[in-house]
Amino acid sequence: MMSPHPPKDERSLVQRWVPHPLLTVTLTLIWLLLANGLSIGGLLVGVVLGLSIPRITASFWPDRPHIQNYGKAFAYVLLVIYDIIVANIQVAMIILFRPLKSLNTCWVCVPLDLTNPEAITVFAGTITMTPGTVSCDLSADGRALLVHCLDAADPEAAVSDMKTRYEARLKEIFP
Amino acid sequence: MDNIGEILVSALIVIGATFALVGSYGLVRLPEMMTRLHAPTKATTLGVGGALLASMCHFIFFEGTLSIHELLISFFLFLTAPITAHFMTKAYLHIRPDIGEHLPKPEGGDWSTYETPNGDIRPRT
Amino acid sequence: MIEAAIYYAYGALCLALIFNLWRLFAGPSIIDRILAVDTMVINVIALIIIYSIHQSTPLYFEAALLFAMFGFVSTVAYCKFLRRGDVIE
Repeated sequence: MMSPHPPKDERSLVQRWVPHPLLTVTLTLIWLLLANGLSIGGLLVGVVLGLSIPRITASFWPDRPHIQNYGKAFAYVLLVIYDIIVANIQVAMIILFRPLKSLNTCWVCVPLDLTNPEAITVFAGTITMTPGTVSCDLSADGRALLVHCLDAADPEAAVSDMKTRYEARLKEIFP
Repeated sequence: MDNIGEILVSALIVIGATFALVGSYGLVRLPEMMTRLHAPTKATTLGVGGALLASMCHFIFFEGTLSIHELLISFFLFLTAPITAHFMTKAYLHIRPDIGEHLPKPEGGDWSTYETPNGDIRPRT
Repeated sequence: MIEAAIYYAYGALCLALIFNLWRLFAGPSIIDRILAVDTMVINVIALIIIYSIHQSTPLYFEAALLFAMFGFVSTVAYCKFLRRGDVIE
């Protein structure tokens, strides 16, 4: 017999069945890409997978990453793709034509204003993909990133460039 | 129409292959481990990206079928390239403790590679 | 024209694989060898895709996708093993 007062679940019906809407959409899209085509059957299987996998694994993802501004997130992706292409051409030029003695390699420490773990992950990934920089390590308290520059004549300028170009935009995307 | 497709596909294939070659050449030419890490993680992702775009265009122009699962591979590679680079540097910092002395120090504490979970600084010898 | 571009790509990618093999043998540190294997996997993916354009068949994409996944997982496993002395703790 059911107890007269079952413990009330704080979450609404939608929140319980779709704990991670972004993950659901992503899984459905990935299934459609794997099936390589848009068909009713494929879409149906994708939706079933997209609903069941987040539901089964919900206890592993207690927090939901929160994106504040989808338009700015899309603009950020376009900016990063553009920067990746520029980065590739610059690094290719350095590899092919620069005398190795003239390379100014250095380690720099980038202090972080971001606190959101997802935002820090995106920031570190962006740094690795863009011109001549690789993010190497996070400080133990999560307040600074260690970045290796392939060719930076002025390390201070490189740090402030990274902060204004990417971190300021990420601060608007993630709360 | 076929001409445009042919030029586009050929250009993408040539660009992709050239970037892959330059990245691997950088792996041979650059003098030190950390600088070598820059070459393949960048040049090769665009190399594969070019080949995948070429494949998509080829199937659209010449087979008349829309083939989009190439996007999945490039998406996957773009997601994983920073992660492998990060793992490799952390392993490198771990097996070469002498590098740690040349690193800039963050405010308060140390880099996570050098700190044990209970907050002690691991000796760098 | 596509034929010529494809043959150029075969040549360039094979040369790239030879460069990677050289780095794999020369080292000097073990991370250099891991990096060489990782780059080799990515070059092989490009080679498979170019081959599938040459053959005009989409059959090889699953192979390329599996290469990408195994390459990523094996690189991470090697690095994890170097850092922790164990892969699955």
